[in-house]
Amino acid sequence: MGKLRIVHYINQFYGGIGGEDKADYQPEVREGHVGPGMALLQQFGEAAEIVATVICGDTYFNENVEQALEVIIPMIEKHNPDVFVAGPAFNAGRYGMACGAVCKAVQEKMNIPVVTAMYAENPGVDSFKKDIYILQTGSSAADMKKSAPKLADFAIKLGKKEEIGLPEVDGYHERGIRKNVFVKERGSKRAVDMLIKKIKGESFKTEYPMPVFDTVEPNPPVKYMWKAKIALVTSGGIVPKNNPDKIESSSASKYGKYDLEGVFDLTDEGYETAHGGYDPVYANQDADRVLPVDVLRDLEKEGHIGSLHRYYYATVGNGTSVANAKAYAARIATELKNDGVHAVILTST
Amino acid sequence: MKLELGKINIKSVRLGNKTEVKEGILTINEDCIKNLVLEDERIKSVKVEIATPGDKTRITPVKDVIEPRVKVSGAGGMFPGVRTKIDLVGSGRTNVLSGVAVVTCGKIVGFQEGIIDMSGPGADFTPFSQTCNVCLVIEPFDGLTPYDYEEAARNAGLRIAEYIGDTGKDIEPDILEVYETKPLLEAIAEYPDLPKVGYVYMLQTQGLLHDTYVYGVDAKKMVPTILYPTEVMDGAIISGNCVSACDKNTTYHHQNNPIIHDLYERHGKDLNFLGVIITNETVYLADKERSSMWTAKLCKYLGLDAAIISQEGFGNPDTDLIMNCKKIEALGIKTVIVTDEYAGRDGKSQSLADADKAADAVVTGGNANEVILLPPMDKIIGILKYTDKIAGGFDGSLRPDGSIEAEIQVITGSTNELGFNKMTAVGM
Repeated sequence: MGKLRIVHYINQFYGGIGGEDKADYQPEVREGHVGPGMALLQQFGEAAEIVATVICGDTYFNENVEQALEVIIPMIEKHNPDVFVAGPAFNAGRYGMACGAVCKAVQEKMNIPVVTAMYAENPGVDSFKKDIYILQTGSSAADMKKSAPKLADFAIKLGKKEEIGLPEVDGYHERGIRKNVFVKERGSKRAVDMLIKKIKGESFKTEYPMPVFDTVEPNPPVKYMWKAKIALVTSGGIVPKNNPDKIESSSASKYGKYDLEGVFDLTDEGYETAHGGYDPVYANQDADRVLPVDVLRDLEKEGHIGSLHRYYYATVGNGTSVANAKAYAARIATELKNDGVHAVILTST
Repeated sequence: MKLELGKINIKSVRLGNKTEVKEGILTINEDCIKNLVLEDERIKSVKVEIATPGDKTRITPVKDVIEPRVKVSGAGGMFPGVRTKIDLVGSGRTNVLSGVAVVTCGKIVGFQEGIIDMSGPGADFTPFSQTCNVCLVIEPFDGLTPYDYEEAARNAGLRIAEYIGDTGKDIEPDILEVYETKPLLEAIAEYPDLPKVGYVYMLQTQGLLHDTYVYGVDAKKMVPTILYPTEVMDGAIISGNCVSACDKNTTYHHQNNPIIHDLYERHGKDLNFLGVIITNETVYLADKERSSMWTAKLCKYLGLDAAIISQEGFGNPDTDLIMNCKKIEALGIKTVIVTDEYAGRDGKSQSLADADKAADAVVTGGNANEVILLPPMDKIIGILKYTDKIAGGFDGSLRPDGSIEAEIQVITGSTNELGFNKMTAVGM
């Protein structure tokens, strides 16, 4: 195997263009290494070479992310790298954001491994750590001597497709990605050990730090229900018979949109639940129990509501990841808004 | 209350004329087992198959796993209130056929039954790849309601576990373990300087295939109560659930509850293990609030300094778990919770459906959404027909060559929340 081909990204300052006054510098690509690339190169030895360096001003990048990426990506593609490296950005916020954004775009568009490095408090860490590896560095360029070799080693590791270890071992900011591993002791023993430490007031490490939940403030009540167009959305898995979209019984990877035109009652001949997390017998007997179409049709007829929206949306909440649920909700909400729906009844199970 | 647990190591299981244990080998009479199962008129047919560790065998859809045990002395019998008359169990001597399990499987009741692989990558995730399994492949009569089918299958497993367990009654065990819990005031007086610790044992009780029974009582119809830990070893708690098989407690898990075992290990040394509080996980908010309130009340009433809380299931029961944790911690009682995670197939999502800062000490059984490729097996006990539909499977999970790509959620006991396994999840 020959040397790994690396393309390196740095800002106007490390590119020797200038300081803050040159921060609007537009993207440029140069053959070979520039600035801190030298420190990487020394560590690479025979393992890798920097084939090109992209330089871009921090202000320009952050104010023109889309255009900048449109120029930068082809610059990188042209040099056909095995690995893409950006920074280190230390505690320079806009530089960190640029390193993160370019790495993420390269990874998505070119499907090659990427890595950057920055200080824990750099906003780039929180913005991009879920998507890419970001190595830990000190807060200023004084740390270059230590962080550049680490960055180089990590790039080689990625290039050779070696397995990446735990954050504390391989020195990257924890990405918040949960991975299963087998350990020496069974869970019950770990629990008893942890409890004894907690009782004694000794330090212990929880295996799952509690997430911070975002809470949604409820909207104000609908003022004129008799004029409102009401939609039904459910995570209770009510689908047309035989589950045409094959929504999974757990960990749903999709949602369905179904027409209620001419439907006044959900019968066991037409509808069922795809949900695997609750007793399905009652929902299968009468799906209105989960998705109350019959009652809403009555209210519509009696003039209590303006109308029932023509389509309902359904997915299965059972074990479906919060990230997926959020994404479905965003798409469903957009469609409902575009369709002029005033209020939604969300039914869960 | 004192229980001697005599473990008879069983090395292998085979079919034969007589059901008996001899020199570590269990022989079972297939016809006797079939006749016993078919005594239930709801069951149309049953096949008896044996799966041994290392076999290229896949068992699915799995409903329950039960360890054969027998009361040698002391009050009551195995599975009180279900298989035997109501009497207080947990004292005297119980013999265990260690290394054997009865596995009920066959046509699904719901979407929730699991998979056990006896070898290959899937075998690492389930404890039941390490037991010699007597599998009952059950077929119900057409038109049977899901409730009747579930009950018939549940009882069949218990009936056969009892039948096989009886063979161990007069056998000298290889290992003798002794567990004792004294009445509360005596227990506290015995180790006055050690922290008083309890175990809050949450039982899944959300309806069909989500139910648990205590001395025959459907646990969703009970309020939290206190058990001697040894009662659990004598089958006081049995499983009627396999929903998302990864984190449901089979009857075998209950019989061998590792939290009870590991608390006993430290009893009298680092802590004073006072007892077990059982509570449920219901679907109504008022029930959740009542059960968690009573659970916290019982912790305080027992004078606990600390407690381990184990969950069963995920999603909706996450709220029960967090309510219990919050309310117990609010009384100044330190907790560790044992749960598992649904962090998405990429591991990037939030793992629990509810959270609170009081839950600062968590043990996890791992991320149930992680995807695994299970290679084809030479032998299938049960049927593959439902693979795409079971919880953790998806359209196309079952491939034409018989391999299965699915979440580890499909594997029986893979992310068990009694801390049965050595798996955990780490942040990468």
